[in-house]
Amino acid sequence: MNIPFILTLILLIPLLGSVLILFIPGSNEKGIKNLAVIASLFPLLFSILVWIGYDRATGGYQFVENYSWIPSLNIQYHLGIDGLSIPMVFLSALLSTLGLWYSAKVIKHRVKEFFVLFLLLEASLTGVFVALDMVLFYFFWEIELVPMFLMIGIWGQKKDRPQYSAIKFFLYTLVGSVAMLLAFIAVYLNTGSWDITQIPGLLSFSPSLAALTFWAIFIGFAIKVPLFPFHTWLPDAHTAAPTAGSVMLAGVLLKLGGYGMIRILIPYFPDVFRASAIFIAALGVISMIYGALVSMAQWDLKRLIAYSSVSHMGYFMLGVAAAVYYGDLTSRTIALNGAVLQMFNHGIITGGLFFLVGVIYERTHTRDLTAFGGLSKHTPKYYAIMMVTAFASLGLPGLAGFISELLIFRGAFATMPVMAIIGVIAIVLTAAYILWKIVQYVFLGDFSQEKWDKIFDVRHWSWGEDIAPFEVITMVPLLIGMVWIGVYPLAILTTINQASYAILSSAF
Amino acid sequence: MEQLFALTPLIPVFPLLAFALIVLWANKNNKLSAGLAIGGIGLSTLTSWAVIAATVAAGHEVQIAGWSLPVPWLPTAASIFNTGFAVDGFTAAMLFMVPLVCTLIFIYAAEYMEGDPRYARFFAYVSLFAAGMLTLIVADNLLLLFIAWEIMGLCSYLLIGFWFEKDSAKKAGLKAFLTTRIGDVLLFAGMLFLYSRTGTLTFREIFKPEVLDELSRMLIWGLPASTVISLLVFGGAVGKSAQFPLHVWLPDAMEGPTPVSALIHAATMVSAGVYLVARMLPLFAIVPQGTLSWVAIIGSVTAFFGATISIAQNDIKRVLAYSTISQLGYMMIALGLGGFLAGVFHLLTHAFFKALLFLGSGSIIHAVHHGAEHADDHHTDPQDMMNMGGLYAKMKRTSWAYFAGTAALVGIFPFAGFWSKDEILAEAWVQWHEAGSIGLPFWAWLAGTLGAFLTALYMGRQIGLVFFGKPRSKAAEHAVEPGNRMTVPLLVLALFAAFIGFINVPFIANGWLHHFAGLVHEPAEVLHLEAVPFQISVALVSTAVALLGFFLGWGMYRNLKAGQQDPLARMLGPVFTVLKNKYYVDEFYKFVFIDTTVALANFSAKFDYDWVINPIVNFVGNTGRLLGELSGRIDTVVVDGMGVLGTARLFKWMGRELRLTQTGQAQNYLLVIALVSLSLIAMYLFGI
Repeated sequence: MNIPFILTLILLIPLLGSVLILFIPGSNEKGIKNLAVIASLFPLLFSILVWIGYDRATGGYQFVENYSWIPSLNIQYHLGIDGLSIPMVFLSALLSTLGLWYSAKVIKHRVKEFFVLFLLLEASLTGVFVALDMVLFYFFWEIELVPMFLMIGIWGQKKDRPQYSAIKFFLYTLVGSVAMLLAFIAVYLNTGSWDITQIPGLLSFSPSLAALTFWAIFIGFAIKVPLFPFHTWLPDAHTAAPTAGSVMLAGVLLKLGGYGMIRILIPYFPDVFRASAIFIAALGVISMIYGALVSMAQWDLKRLIAYSSVSHMGYFMLGVAAAVYYGDLTSRTIALNGAVLQMFNHGIITGGLFFLVGVIYERTHTRDLTAFGGLSKHTPKYYAIMMVTAFASLGLPGLAGFISELLIFRGAFATMPVMAIIGVIAIVLTAAYILWKIVQYVFLGDFSQEKWDKIFDVRHWSWGEDIAPFEVITMVPLLIGMVWIGVYPLAILTTINQASYAILSSAF
Repeated sequence: MEQLFALTPLIPVFPLLAFALIVLWANKNNKLSAGLAIGGIGLSTLTSWAVIAATVAAGHEVQIAGWSLPVPWLPTAASIFNTGFAVDGFTAAMLFMVPLVCTLIFIYAAEYMEGDPRYARFFAYVSLFAAGMLTLIVADNLLLLFIAWEIMGLCSYLLIGFWFEKDSAKKAGLKAFLTTRIGDVLLFAGMLFLYSRTGTLTFREIFKPEVLDELSRMLIWGLPASTVISLLVFGGAVGKSAQFPLHVWLPDAMEGPTPVSALIHAATMVSAGVYLVARMLPLFAIVPQGTLSWVAIIGSVTAFFGATISIAQNDIKRVLAYSTISQLGYMMIALGLGGFLAGVFHLLTHAFFKALLFLGSGSIIHAVHHGAEHADDHHTDPQDMMNMGGLYAKMKRTSWAYFAGTAALVGIFPFAGFWSKDEILAEAWVQWHEAGSIGLPFWAWLAGTLGAFLTALYMGRQIGLVFFGKPRSKAAEHAVEPGNRMTVPLLVLALFAAFIGFINVPFIANGWLHHFAGLVHEPAEVLHLEAVPFQISVALVSTAVALLGFFLGWGMYRNLKAGQQDPLARMLGPVFTVLKNKYYVDEFYKFVFIDTTVALANFSAKFDYDWVINPIVNFVGNTGRLLGELSGRIDTVVVDGMGVLGTARLFKWMGRELRLTQTGQAQNYLLVIALVSLSLIAMYLFGI
């Protein structure tokens, strides 16, 4: 199963697709869309092959490619994956394919640019997850901003202030990355290496310098996650972004920060991380509860889900903090498993929720919760799919979200019980905003044909009122994921557990 | 026979399969959907019987130690967490009740739900509900139990809000889910404490003496870990089994279709909480004077107050709902006093007679509803007992079944409730007399006995109002008995309500159930597994209060005329109003919890986007922009204006001025040359 250069292919094929589209005349929309979707199928296929081909008995980094890139600075083209990055690469490939497939049906404006940028986005996002050289990591980390920035700015709805949101998104992230870049350089000057796998053994900072570097990198990642109080770019960016853009933003972009914390911060600065774990856990718990409360007060469906991301990524943060704090290795590994799985689950669940917002938005051009009502009767299939996704999001056992919450809290109850017991409040609040706001306002109550006719845009929507087959196809893989992970988490967790265990046992 | 145990995992799978098939395939076909649901639960019942037979045949050892099947499920660092299934005597006893009652309810619902536009959806939901409850029973660990527990929470949400067009229904569903979820979160926390302290959630592992011992020594926040954990677990049961103070959702759950009420109140949902406490009882009991007293206190309070509210309700199903709350209180009393089997016994009998009463009330509502349609009357509330009366003459089958259920609930010899309720009261009585002083057992006995009086009173009131006297509305006049699919399940349940008590009558086989299901736990100081001896005094007292209450209620209400004031309201005055309004607990909660949370949410949103956090971000952004503009201005004025352009202007000016020297006349140039030469010579001479 060892396809040579498979990781490079995962990066290169979307990039190649992106370049090829540039040569197709803009009038040939069908050709552009087909090419884009097909180009994204390869990374998806390869990421599955990589997952299957990964030898869990051996563990560690596999499918490694390591070539000199800029010898004078010792910068390498160094790729490789382990149990932490495999699910992320797969998630990125899956959501890209689904996003492209969905966009192929609904994007009608400046088609060529959209697909060029989307494929570029896919390549750069995946790049972050497979890079094992800090410069390469940073390179992809920055590149990814450009297509996302343009997607928000160009394809955003006028009333959502796309320019403001796009610039806010770009600058906020950039501020974080500048600090991060300086810290990376400091690490290089200390170790003489950019190699993510080697640095933990080489790094010899004084405690104060270690703390400074840690926080410089941490803030860069925390903005991306986003952790309270660095989160306000998120609701704006989400509201303005086109559906598939929101999906990628929530599904993959937010994971870059979380991935970085586990891949870089834990191995590099375990002691600093441990010393600040309570503080970081507190930020996580605040994000969980505060995010849920703010969600509860929203009347715009997309903003509501955006804030729910803040809350859900707070769970992740609690899991990571619990994993680095004092406690037995088993509990800490469980917490880290939970954190990684939470990232994956959030990707498929919230990604799914954004698709589902798109479904209703494309038909009615509104996201105002009070505009709907009784849709469970009128659009039963849409209701069914939304219910599964919404309940997965609120952590119903039997669906994916529960498993990661369980593991995070399992770890946190062992290492930091006070944080954990405060954190469980968020579970009730999550149920409240999802059932009260989303389900009750949109789906329950009496259906009013008159109200619906007023908002349903028949002229621009030709696929019928209930969820259309192409939208169902978009959702099916995500739904399968939610049920599968919820019922039988062993498959995905074995991979993750391998990496978590290795990372934690070598870091401390 | 042993091989039959391997069928256990299939028990919940059949209804689950029915659910999946209905949702994905049969949802357009009503008949098929109902058939799949009934078939699924029917297969579960048969499989359960096979497993029960195996348990009976396997004898004492297996009934105590149980059969189990671990399934690897979660990798945890270097080890793997196993989930799995188990059967012991207690499970087998539950397996007799749950699928059987569910099956009868399903058959009944097939007729009751006819004409509903979401008929198929209904059968999908109830199948999932049954699957959840069955999983809960056969789970060998707390985690799987919790998963099933939450699945039931989902189903109750969907079913209570089944008629979501009605505002009250959609709110009731939400209320049920959120209220029970508060309990669930406590259970979740308890479960994770337990898991992180012991490394396991499998019941058999937790109940090993050394593990229990360690848990009782270990401290969490200054309390024994076992106490903290069991209190949290009990919190879950309080939510699910609608104990005070989380009881508020259950009466509202009446918004669901009546078969759902029967399902929730008898076979599934509320039983789950009692089952959980019974299952975890060794953990509760390891530290005496710990959590168990709280269980008994909450149980006593609930048993008594639930019954008081019930006497003031006019909705036929609400009376039963508060009755359920009160009866669950009895079960908690039993468990709280350490009487494991007394609680379990009442759980089993109650499931049969309460399912019967709910289905009976459904049959009455159905009849009155049809009567109202027949009389072309759309204003009469078919659930209001004040609109009924004289129904005995019109629906004999329902009436007799209902009487049997009532006798069981009130505790008339020899109906099921007599045996089970009396065992609980005897438990309290014996402990009171052993202690010799007035303590918790006395109060529990008193609450139970007063509750028994009130139970008889509200049932007498109900029977009087519904079946006797003259019809108080056109709808009641035209009521007709429903068809066989509804009445036959009623009659079957009536048989059980009458006779199921004999499985644990002290005089027969020494309380058979005690030996079959009662020994699954190790006895402890406050946990006793032997049956208490039959207490004739208790039996006499409770029979007396029951008869008194019943005939009082029946006598007062049987000839009530339409529009006449409620006799109890006349007697009790403002107290009745308080009871009718359920002690204003709902209003209190709305004010204290819901309004506060919503206000906090709105405040947070403002704080986030309008007042503090986002303004800071915008401030930083705007400062940057201002600085940029300022730099731009400096750039234009100083650097560019004075520096770059200034230099250019200087040279331009100089060029313009110097141009004047270029006259083109040779004498001028010669003059300049001469002057310059003279200056240079002078400088040379003077040595400058």
